[in-house]
Amino acid sequence: MEESKQNNQEEQKPKLEKPAAKPKPKSKPKPDQTFILSSSPHQVKTDDVKTVMKHVNMALLPAIVASVVYFGFRSLFMILTAVISCVLTEIVINKMRGKQFREGSAIVTGILLAMTLPPTLHLGFVVMGSVFAIAIGKQIFGGLGYNIFNPALLARAFLQASFPVRMTTWTNPSTLDAVTTATPLGGLKFENIVSPYFDMLIGNCGGCIGETSALLIIVGGVYLLIKKYADWRIPVSYLGSVVIFGTIFWLINPGQYPDPLYHLFSGGLMLGAFFMATDMVTSPVTPKGSWIFGIGAGFLLVIIRLFGGLPEGVMYSILLMNAFTPLINRFTRPKFFGEVKK
Amino acid sequence: MKLSTFKKGVHPREYKQFAENKNIEKMGLPKEVFVPLIQHIGTPCTPIVKKRDVVKAGQLIGEGKGFISSKIHAPISGVVKTIDNFAHPNGSSGQMIHIVGNGEADWNADPAENVDWEKLSKEELIKKVNDAGIVGMGGAAFPSHVKLQPPKDKKIDVFIINGCECEPYLTADHRMMVEQAEEIILGVRIIMKALDVTKALIGIENNKPDAIEIMTKVSQSYNGITILPLKVKYPQGAEKMLIKAAVNREVPTGALPMDVGAVVNNVGTAIGVAEAVVKNKPLIERVVTVTGDGVKEPKNVLARIGTPFRELIEFCGGLKEDAAKILMGGPMMGVTQYTMDVPVIKATSGILCLSRKSAPVLEEYACLQCGTCVNACPMNLLPTRISRAVDYSKFEMAEQLGAMNCIECGCCVFACPSNIPIVQKIRIGKLKINELKKS
Repeated sequence: MEESKQNNQEEQKPKLEKPAAKPKPKSKPKPDQTFILSSSPHQVKTDDVKTVMKHVNMALLPAIVASVVYFGFRSLFMILTAVISCVLTEIVINKMRGKQFREGSAIVTGILLAMTLPPTLHLGFVVMGSVFAIAIGKQIFGGLGYNIFNPALLARAFLQASFPVRMTTWTNPSTLDAVTTATPLGGLKFENIVSPYFDMLIGNCGGCIGETSALLIIVGGVYLLIKKYADWRIPVSYLGSVVIFGTIFWLINPGQYPDPLYHLFSGGLMLGAFFMATDMVTSPVTPKGSWIFGIGAGFLLVIIRLFGGLPEGVMYSILLMNAFTPLINRFTRPKFFGEVKK
Repeated sequence: MKLSTFKKGVHPREYKQFAENKNIEKMGLPKEVFVPLIQHIGTPCTPIVKKRDVVKAGQLIGEGKGFISSKIHAPISGVVKTIDNFAHPNGSSGQMIHIVGNGEADWNADPAENVDWEKLSKEELIKKVNDAGIVGMGGAAFPSHVKLQPPKDKKIDVFIINGCECEPYLTADHRMMVEQAEEIILGVRIIMKALDVTKALIGIENNKPDAIEIMTKVSQSYNGITILPLKVKYPQGAEKMLIKAAVNREVPTGALPMDVGAVVNNVGTAIGVAEAVVKNKPLIERVVTVTGDGVKEPKNVLARIGTPFRELIEFCGGLKEDAAKILMGGPMMGVTQYTMDVPVIKATSGILCLSRKSAPVLEEYACLQCGTCVNACPMNLLPTRISRAVDYSKFEMAEQLGAMNCIECGCCVFACPSNIPIVQKIRIGKLKINELKKS
């Protein structure tokens, strides 16, 4: 159904470019030159989707560097594997649907997926996750722009549900050996070990390959916000509400619950806040909606981390809010210019 | 000082350098003119001349029935060759009176016959404006005498003059303000009297410092006229946006400026009114900016209504070889032309000739729901959702989302990173909604 609509839309597009009807004056002017005909406007900004994707990839570079520093070249292989499988899947499915591979969003999906995987994961699972991300996470809904959930996170959720043990085997970045260790959040939840803040800030702790260095992720994220390729409201409201709700629980029982800073710099929160939650397709288009989205995700994250069965809640908090996005869009329509209250 | 403006909108590159420092040049009389019977909003004119009639420049040749209509006059002296269908610059075709010049005396005002307008009553002023066929010269071409006669229950307290010229490239209004400030202020004073208001605001975008300076100097000697420098932002010159910026009032959905006590006129209209009242001159010529990187010598030209674009472009050195697109109006809301054999009409503020480089055909990508259009829309709509509703033929939904509020300024398309023809889709939606309402 979605497919056929999509095709119809494709067919209609050229019509929109042309004027509605060619006038037929009786005295025909001699066609001395052919001019381009199109409907206004005729001047546009130069940034297109490709540029946006390029800048998102650039913004991810610092975090990629961090992953290589802490987890070795294996993480680079994982990222490359994910990117290549995502792009190939995209090309194959686009071909089947009679479309072209153009926007380059599959590259971003590949990088983001790889960054949320544990360093020891077998490359076969990386490929499986990548195919899932593109095929089920994106294309099945109608391709880029029509997916409900962030494809990378959806694929991660799929891997986590299917292979829970492999997805939670962590290594110690400083020794680089296969000795299993705990993530700051896992350690706190199951063994009551508190990781040092400084290690969490620079990324010297257990975790997925791209999520540990909060500092370098912030560098890339701030770049995106300055360039206006991501809506600043989402990271601000997401991180802000994590701090607020985290503080509330910490004040209730400082012995049992971690303080807000620990929440901020542990797990995948920074990566999630700057690169996952800000995914344009799956976040609301209205400014008010962005605030609701961020605050909701922050609240869910704290609840999952503190009361859920899992130590980490970034993935599910964002995926759940993704599901609410269409509703949020519907109920946060801004007041029209000059709208009269009824 | 913080300049007033409206919320949202976009900042297109201005490209004013082509013609902003060029004096208005008077073009010689065209050999023939095509005067469309419909150049304004309202009922079309009915011709009151026949084939082979001899007409004199300035003579009334067409009149419309009803209140909302306007009159047309012969732009040159000559013979009516035919009244037939010709290509109209609005993209369709229309009935036009084709006059071939015969070299008889041109329209000429005798300064001795200048009218002392201050002795005229309100009604007499408005009648003269109507008789001269003055319409809004910013682009919409709404008959001016209608604007000057608001219904009794609408109290007008402010008159706003639009000198924003927010469209890139166009410089006609700019040059008029620099060269004809006296006439503009005269027109403003006449309109103030006709409207019975004591306050007039002249909104000018801040990228025209010379115009602001001259207009301020000329307006100083009169009470109640204030020059208001505005932030450079598109669409600052849109009526609703200008009212918001000037007096911070929002025109309610479906209402008119007079519902918030304001009347807006373009600077060109003010000149037209001044000449109509003082010199009894009908609207037979206007300033047209011929500009862009597709024309050899960009100029601001004073041209007769009905002059074919071809003659104007030739007056400006002709097209460059790589010219690929001809527009009537600016690049944001202008109408593309498939031929140069269309006439200048009362609403032609500019003829924009773009080279192939400046008129790229862009590849369209999927909508990312990025919200850029939402942050650009000056009417505070959700363009992406309306265009998607139109894609799926959900016209009722499009209407609920406020499609009919769209002013078609094109900010959404300008800003869209996916090059989606959003405003074009919304236009289709508006047509369909109107069709559905009729049936």
